[in-house]
Amino acid sequence: MSETATSVKLNRRTLLKAGAVAGGGLFLSATMPFAARAAAGAAPEAGTLSAFVTIAPDNTITIVGKNPEIGQGIKTMLPMLIADELDADWDLVRIEQADFNPEKYGFQFAGGSFATPMNWIPMRQVGASARQMLLEAAAHHWGTAPSSLRTEKSRVIEPETGRSITYGELAAQAAKSSVPDPEKVRLKDPKDFTIIGRAIGGIDSPRIVKGEPIFGVDTQLPGMKYAAFERAPVFGARLVSADLAAAQAVPGVEDVFVLKGEDNPEGLIDGVAIVANSWWTANKAREQLKIEWDNGQWASHSSEKYDAKARELMQGSPAKTLASDGDVDAAFSGAAKVLEAEYAYPFLAHVAMEPMNCTALCHDDGKMELWAPTQIPQSGHGGVAKMLNLPPEKVIVHLTRMGGGFGRRLSNDFMHQAAAIAAKKPGTPIQLIWSREDDVRSDFYRPAGWHRLRAALDDSGKLAGIDGHFVTFETGGEVPMPASMDGSEFPAKFVPNMRYGQSSIDTRVPMGSLRAPRSNAIAFVLQSFLDEIAHEQGRDLPALMLELLAGREKLPDAKTPFGVQPGFDPARATAVINKALAMSDWKAGAPSGRGKGFGFYFSHLGYFAEVVEASVSAKGQVQPHHVWAAGDVGSHIINPHGAMNQAQGAIIDGLGQAMALAVNIEGGAVSQSNFHDYQLPRITMVPRIEVEFVKSDNPPTGLGEPALPPVIPALTNAIFAATGKRVRSLPIDRSLLG
Amino acid sequence: MAHKVKINGETRELDVPEDMPLLWALRGELGMVGTKFGCGKGLCGACTVHVDGVATRSCSLPVGSVGDKEVTTIEALAETPVGRALQQAWLDEDVMQCGYCQAGQLMNATALLNRNPKPDTRQIDAAMSGNICRCACYGRIREAIAQVAEKGTANV
Repeated sequence: MSETATSVKLNRRTLLKAGAVAGGGLFLSATMPFAARAAAGAAPEAGTLSAFVTIAPDNTITIVGKNPEIGQGIKTMLPMLIADELDADWDLVRIEQADFNPEKYGFQFAGGSFATPMNWIPMRQVGASARQMLLEAAAHHWGTAPSSLRTEKSRVIEPETGRSITYGELAAQAAKSSVPDPEKVRLKDPKDFTIIGRAIGGIDSPRIVKGEPIFGVDTQLPGMKYAAFERAPVFGARLVSADLAAAQAVPGVEDVFVLKGEDNPEGLIDGVAIVANSWWTANKAREQLKIEWDNGQWASHSSEKYDAKARELMQGSPAKTLASDGDVDAAFSGAAKVLEAEYAYPFLAHVAMEPMNCTALCHDDGKMELWAPTQIPQSGHGGVAKMLNLPPEKVIVHLTRMGGGFGRRLSNDFMHQAAAIAAKKPGTPIQLIWSREDDVRSDFYRPAGWHRLRAALDDSGKLAGIDGHFVTFETGGEVPMPASMDGSEFPAKFVPNMRYGQSSIDTRVPMGSLRAPRSNAIAFVLQSFLDEIAHEQGRDLPALMLELLAGREKLPDAKTPFGVQPGFDPARATAVINKALAMSDWKAGAPSGRGKGFGFYFSHLGYFAEVVEASVSAKGQVQPHHVWAAGDVGSHIINPHGAMNQAQGAIIDGLGQAMALAVNIEGGAVSQSNFHDYQLPRITMVPRIEVEFVKSDNPPTGLGEPALPPVIPALTNAIFAATGKRVRSLPIDRSLLG
Repeated sequence: MAHKVKINGETRELDVPEDMPLLWALRGELGMVGTKFGCGKGLCGACTVHVDGVATRSCSLPVGSVGDKEVTTIEALAETPVGRALQQAWLDEDVMQCGYCQAGQLMNATALLNRNPKPDTRQIDAAMSGNICRCACYGRIREAIAQVAEKGTANV
C-alpha cells in the first residue's frame, strides 16, 4: 500500500483502530461502527438492523460490501463473514456495494492483502449482532427466552416446540431494538460455519458474462461528455504555454483548456483537458495540441544512467545502515570462501485492464459527485475536497467495480483530473478516460533496484555472514515505501552476522505499490542468492532454508509507528516448505531437459513455498511447465474459489514479470506505450499450477499478494538447475541463456 | 454522416465520422458498454465482437467499413446455444477475478467453438492467445472452454 494509505486520518467515531505498517504488516484491532444508525440520529428504517444488514419481509437479506472490488473477490467474501454468523440462507442474500462513507462503514480500501485480517472478526461481529437482535425479537414474539431458540437458514427455530419464524417476519421488530455491544456478542465455534469455507462464485459474475454495465468506465449519465487529459511526457515537467486552437477546431470538441496543477503526481499535475462529444474525438484532438513544457533537469534521466550510477554506488559504502547483526567484518576476515553477486530489477507498470478513468459531476451548488474506480477512496475524497476548496461533505464518492487494481488505483491522480475538469463545466457530467498509452506512461511504477551481496562461508562451508548493499531511489530526499527495505527480511536474524546498507538515487519517476510491494523484488534477490550459497555448499536451497529455520523460535512482534506486526514464525515457514517439497516430489528431481527451482517468501502475513519446473530452449526461450505452491494464510480459507484464483493469478503474474516485463526511462520519460512493448503473459505460457493451503492455528490473512514473490526466484533457480546459468537481472535476458 | 449498421439483429443508425472505431460507437453512441476498451490497438482482445461470426477487434474497425455485415456483441451472446453454454461454464468454473476482459474472452471463445466444437488444449490456447487477462484467469478460461467442448450445448 502507499504512503497515502498509511497516513489516512481515520475518524474516531468509526472506532477503527487498524494501522497499516509499511510493507504490508499490520495490527489487527478493529471495531465496526455498528451503531451507525443511532449515530446518524435517523429514525430506524423497517428491517434495517445495522449499516450492513437489511432484511425485507420476503426474507431476502441485503448485505453491504464495504470495500472496493478490484477483482480480489472482496464484495463476495466480506458479506460471507456476515452471513455465516447471521445464519443467513445464502441463496436469499443480495449484496450491495457501499458508497464511500467511512463514518458508516469504517475504513474502505483495497490493498496490502489487509481486508481479511482487518475484517475477520468485525464482519462476523456484524452478523452475530444482527442474529442476536433477531433472536430477541423472536423471543419477544413468542414470549420465551432467547436462550431457548436457535437459528438456521434465515429462520429462528424453537427446538422444543418445533415452531419457526423467518427473519423477514421478525426484521421490523428487530430493527427497533438496540444494537448489542459487538465485543459481547458470541461468535460461532468455527466447526459450525456453513458459509465460511464454501466455494462461492463471484457475486457480480452473472452480470459480467452478460456485459452489463458494472465497471467505473461503464458509468453513463444523461448529457455526459468525454474528456482526455494531455500531460508532459517527462516526469516533473511543468507547462509553459499551449496552443489550443487546432484542437478546439476539431468537430465534436466542446472545450479545450489548460489545467495548472501542483508539483505532486498524486494530485493534479499540469496538463491540457479536452472535452468532446465522444472520447475518440477528444483523443483525436489531442494530436493537434501544441504544448511547450519546461522539463527542467529531468529530461536527462534514463534507465541507463540510473544503472551506471547504481553500479558505481554499490562499490562504495552505503549511505545508510538498514540492519546490522553480529560482527560481519570478522565473519568475512575469517571466511574460507566469499561469494559475491550483483542483482538488479527494473521499473514495472501495473497495466490494469480497465484504463484509469473517473466520472465527475459538478452540481450547481458546487457539490462534486464522483464515480471513482479507486482502491482508496479516502485519499481521493480528501484530495479533491482540498483541490477544489470544498468542505468534505460537498464531495460525494461512489465506488465502482474495477477492472483490476494491483496497487495502481492507490494513487488517485485520475480523480483529481476528472474533478478539476468537471469543476470547469458545472452541470455537465464528465467522463475522463485514459488511453492505454497514458496508463503505461503515467503510472506509479514498481521501483527499479540493485543489490550487491556478499556471503562468507567458514572452513566447514557453513554460512557465517551476509553483507548487502541496496541501491534504490529517492524523490525530494525521501525513499518512498515501495522503494524501501527494512532490513528485517529473511534471512536477517537467521544468519549470525548480517548487515544491509542502502544508498539512493534521486528521481522524479513516480513510484508506487505494485502487488506485493518490496517483496515482489526482494524475494528474487535474497532467495536467488541463498540458492547460490546452497549450491556452493553442495546442496539445495530447501536444505539450507530448513537448516536456518530449525529449532528457532518465532520472532517477536515488531512495534512500528503504526502498530504491531506479527513476527515471522519459523514453524509455519518450515511446514509450507515441507509441503511444497512433498507436492513437487522434489527429491525425484526434474525430467531430462528441465530444471526444478525453489523459492520461499513471507509477505503480507502469508507464508508461501513454491517449486517451478521449467525448460530453456536452445534459443534461450524459457517455458515454465509446472508450479507447486504451498501456502499458510491461517486457520480458514474463507472462499476457496476466490482463494485459488488469487494464488494462481499471483503466480502467473510473477512468472510474467520475470519473463518479459520492464519499463525503461529514456529522456526522462517512459519508452514503453502499450501491450506490444509491455508484454503481459498470455494463455500459451501458462503452466500447470497446483496450490495447497496448509491450515494453521492463526487468524486468517489475505491472499492478494503473498503467493507472488516466491515464484520469481523459484523460476530463476529452475533456470539455473536446467542450464547452470544464473539469472541475476530481471526480466530474464534470453540472449544470456541461448 | 449517418451509417446504418446491423447490431444484434437490429439496424442501428450511427451519426458518427466514418473513421470512428465501432467500439466507441457502441459504447458512446448506443450505450452498449459491455464491449470493453483495453488498448485501442488490437493488442488485448477486450473489445472483441463478431462481424459475420468472425471474432473482430472493434477498437480497430472503423464504423464506415462495417457495411452490411452483421455485428454481434456480448449483450446478445445469450441468444445462441454456444454463447449460453460458455456463459454458464464461466460461472460454473468461477473463471473471473476482475472480469473486465471477460466479454472479449467469451466472444472469442464462442467464435472458436462455432468453427471448431471440439478443440484440444493446444487449439484452445492458440485461439485464445490474442486475449489478455491481466488477473491471469487463464487456467479457468481453458477449463471452461474444454468443459463446453466436452459436454456440448444440448442442455442450455
